[in-house]
Order: sequence, then C-alpha cells, then structure tokens
Amino acid sequence: MNKNGISRRAFLKGGAAVACAAATATIPLTVKALDQEPLATLHDLRKCVGCGECVTACRDMNQRFFPEPVRPFPKMYPKRVKAEDWSEKRDVTDRLTPYNWLTIQQADVKTAEGDLTVYIPRRCMHCVNPPCVKLCPWGAAHQEKNGISVINPDLCLGGAKCQAVCPWDIPQRQTGVGLYLDILPAFAGNGVMYKCNRCYENVAKGENPACIDMCPENVQSIGPRKEMVARAYEIAKEIGGYVYGDKENGGTNTLYVSPVPFEMLNDAIRKGKGLPDLAAKKDVMADGNAMTAALFLAPVAGVVSALSKIALTARRAGLGKEEKKTANPGEVNHES
Amino acid sequence: MNPKTQTMVQRTVFFMLLLSGFAQMPIFKRYYIADIPGFGWLADFAVTHVMHYGFAIVFSFSVFDRLTRSVLEQRQGGEKPWLGDGAYAVLVGGILVSGVLLVARNFIGYRFSPGFITLLDIVHLGLVMVFLVFLSGRVIARRIRSWKR
Ligand code: SF4
Ligand code: SF4
Ligand code: SF4
Repeated sequence: MNKNGISRRAFLKGGAAVACAAATATIPLTVKALDQEPLATLHDLRKCVGCGECVTACRDMNQRFFPEPVRPFPKMYPKRVKAEDWSEKRDVTDRLTPYNWLTIQQADVKTAEGDLTVYIPRRCMHCVNPPCVKLCPWGAAHQEKNGISVINPDLCLGGAKCQAVCPWDIPQRQTGVGLYLDILPAFAGNGVMYKCNRCYENVAKGENPACIDMCPENVQSIGPRKEMVARAYEIAKEIGGYVYGDKENGGTNTLYVSPVPFEMLNDAIRKGKGLPDLAAKKDVMADGNAMTAALFLAPVAGVVSALSKIALTARRAGLGKEEKKTANPGEVNHES
Repeated sequence: MNPKTQTMVQRTVFFMLLLSGFAQMPIFKRYYIADIPGFGWLADFAVTHVMHYGFAIVFSFSVFDRLTRSVLEQRQGGEKPWLGDGAYAVLVGGILVSGVLLVARNFIGYRFSPGFITLLDIVHLGLVMVFLVFLSGRVIARRIRSWKR
C-alpha cells in the first residue's frame, strides 16, 4: 500500500470528520457537582451598616494563616519582577491584602427616595466553577466538596495566575514566603497568594465563618446554594431589588441582594487593586468547556478518517485493476 | 494535501500546542516574550487556554489518524507502525490521557482529590519535557548518523 497515497477526496473526508467533531463543540456539557449542593452565603445589603466587625473577626480568625516572610527577600530576575510586601502594612483594611481578606466598600447613590449609602462586604466570591482553582498550573488551589475554594500556602508559588484569571482579581500576593524559596527563588515564583477561605476548617466542623457570626446586624446567612438563591430572589422580589453573584462568572457561592441596581453601585464604589468591582462577568471556564465534546471526539474522528482513507485507497486500487482489465481484454485473456 | 504539507501542518500544530501549553504558566510576561510585538496574546490566559484546547483537538485527531493508518499498513506488511517505539507511545499516550483528565477537571464538580490534580499537572508537564528531550535526542542522533555517512 502506498504510504503517502492519500487522495484529495479522502483527505476531504478526513476533514469532514474534524468538522463533525468541531460541530459538536458547541454542545453544552453540564456536569453536576458529584458530592453535595455547594454552600452559599447571602448578603442582605439593606442591613449592612459598614461597622467593620466582620473585617476584624476575619483578621482575628485567620492570624495563624498570615505570612511571616523571610528577609531580605531573595533577588528576583529579570528586573521587572517586583516584590510585593504587605508585611509592614498589616493594618490596611480599606482593600484586600494578604493580611486582609475582607474589605467593606461604600456606595453613595441617589435614588427616587433620596440619598442612600450602601455598604458592601467584599471578599472571594467562591465561584461555582472557580477559575483560580481550575487554572492553577500546579494544582495549588483546590475546591472543597462544599464548594469552598482554598489556596494551599504550602504549594502556591505566587505566580499570581489565579489573580489574573479571577474575574474580580481577588487573590493577593506576599513575597518572601512559600515553596518558591526552596526551588529557584531568583527565576520562578514570587511568594504565596492569599484570599478568603470561607473559614473552611470551621465550616467542616459545622461552625459558621467568623464574619457571619460576628456581624451585629445579621447581614449574612449561609446554606445550600439552591436555598440561598431562592431566598435572594424572594427578597429581591419583596423589595423590588437586585441580585448579584447568581449568574456572574457562570454562578458563584456568594449572593448579594441590593435595593438599587448593581450597575449603580458599581459606578459609585472605589475600584482598583484589591478593590473588586460589581460589573457583570462572563463565565471564564465556558469557552474551553464548550470545546470539550470536540476534544473527546477527536480521537474517534481520527480513527474514522484513517479507516475511510484506507477504504478509499483500496477501492481505488480495485477500480484501477478493473479498468485495466476492460481496456486490455486481450492481454487479460492471454494472461489467464 | 500532499505529505510534505501534512507533516508541516502537524509540526506547526505540535509547536503551537507546546507554546500555548507553556503559556499556562505565568512565564511569558515575566521573561519579556509577551512584549515582542505580535506575541502579547501569550500573556492572555483566556486566549491561550482556548488555543490549547483547539490545537489539542487537531493534535489528537492527527495522532489517531496517523496511528490507525500505520498500524493497518503494518499488518499488510509495512514497516514498524508510527509510535511503534514503546517509549514514544507511552509518552504521547501519557500526555493525551493526563490532558483529557485535566479537561474533565475543568467542569463544575469535584471529581479528583487535590493531590491527584497536582499529580496530573506535574505528570502532564513532566511528560512533555521528557518528550522534548527524547525528540531532541533523536534529531541529534539522526544528524550524527548522516554526518558519519
Ligand atoms: S457585614 Fe455586618 S459586621 Fe460587616 S460591616 Fe456589615 S454590618 Fe458590620
Ligand atoms: S472569586 Fe476569584 S478567587 Fe474567588 S473563587 Fe472565584 S475566581 Fe477564585
Ligand atoms: S469567610 Fe472567613 S475567611 Fe472569608 S471573609 Fe469571612 S471570616 Fe474571612
């Protein structure tokens, strides 16, 4: 058989198989969480007075996780790689830092009823399909069975990809700590990323996160996501309000209910580094996941394409013989 | 498509798969590669993630297409099938399987333990590195042989 004898038609056939695979790329695949309904929190923003008790509670609860960097920081190359050091600014609470995993944003807005100030506690949203976890190149972040996403400080190298892929840029870096110090501190990594871990150890024991328990106004509640989503829309319906976090980035396990539209709040809050916005967010994982059917079908399409090419070549060879026979019957007779 | 063009396409796909794969680590920005005009996309994880999937589709299609043909040809008295070399087959197979499992991980849900995900990440990258070393070794050996002749 001619090793390189792939006809144009056969190749087109092969192309058709790829096209088939590509066509199925748009089939949405929804795989449900295998173990349990994730836990979600619901913030009723009407109740928050911005007292900051939750921020203090979070800092107290998580002291033991806070980084104690080595000094001096190892020199990093190339020059553009800058150390990020918050260890001398541990008291900062007006933004997210490695030592402050929860911050309160303030929105002063004008409504038909008059001026209104809305306080918004901000931290990791604990996305249902968290890009920070799924796209970490080392598997340093993981998602608990109850949906909580956690960055493992013993594995994180501080490359900050989690921050880049997070729709709200939540994780914050501290240089001079973590595994990178033991590998190639000059050339790879830059510390450890920190963010709210939803007090996962307490939650595993059946306790509430500290920020929920210490809030004097009972702003937050926690429960199975379905129930929390239903409750959020119920409140929104009651007050003619709005929900944030249900659809953003394909869905998160943090829901906010506000009496004013989130576009309005988003315009009014201070945004920037360590200060997440309240904009609409498209699902970061959706484009890749939509291509999965094609990825799983590609090997099958490859085999089918090869078989069709071989069958075609064999058929051509057969036809060639036939043609020879009919074009030169005498010779055939003679041979036989 | 003639065989030469086909080989060229396969090599380009393999190279792009490598490039978009390495781009999953935050290194191209750090090392100024994404600063080269026209290469800015290498620092955009959303773009390189989808590209890696796209090239993986074409790559696994072409691997299975070529493998099936060469196995059938060998049955009809041809030479040793493509990837017939055990080491090659294990490397390419390992890269594809770990890749497929990583793709499965990217769906909603908690299929694998954190330790297993780390292992998958290391295996996927590690096998690619070994494959590259293996490939370079072969190319060098072939060159040396042709010089000697
Ligand atoms: S959530 Fe509760 S504790 Fe936190 S600022 Fe609002 S009212 Fe205070
Ligand atoms: S909000 Fe950002 S850090 Fe939190 S789970 Fe989602 S992607 Fe990760
Ligand atoms: S859930 Fe725990 S870690 Fe997260 S903001 Fe609240 S107190 Fe902090």
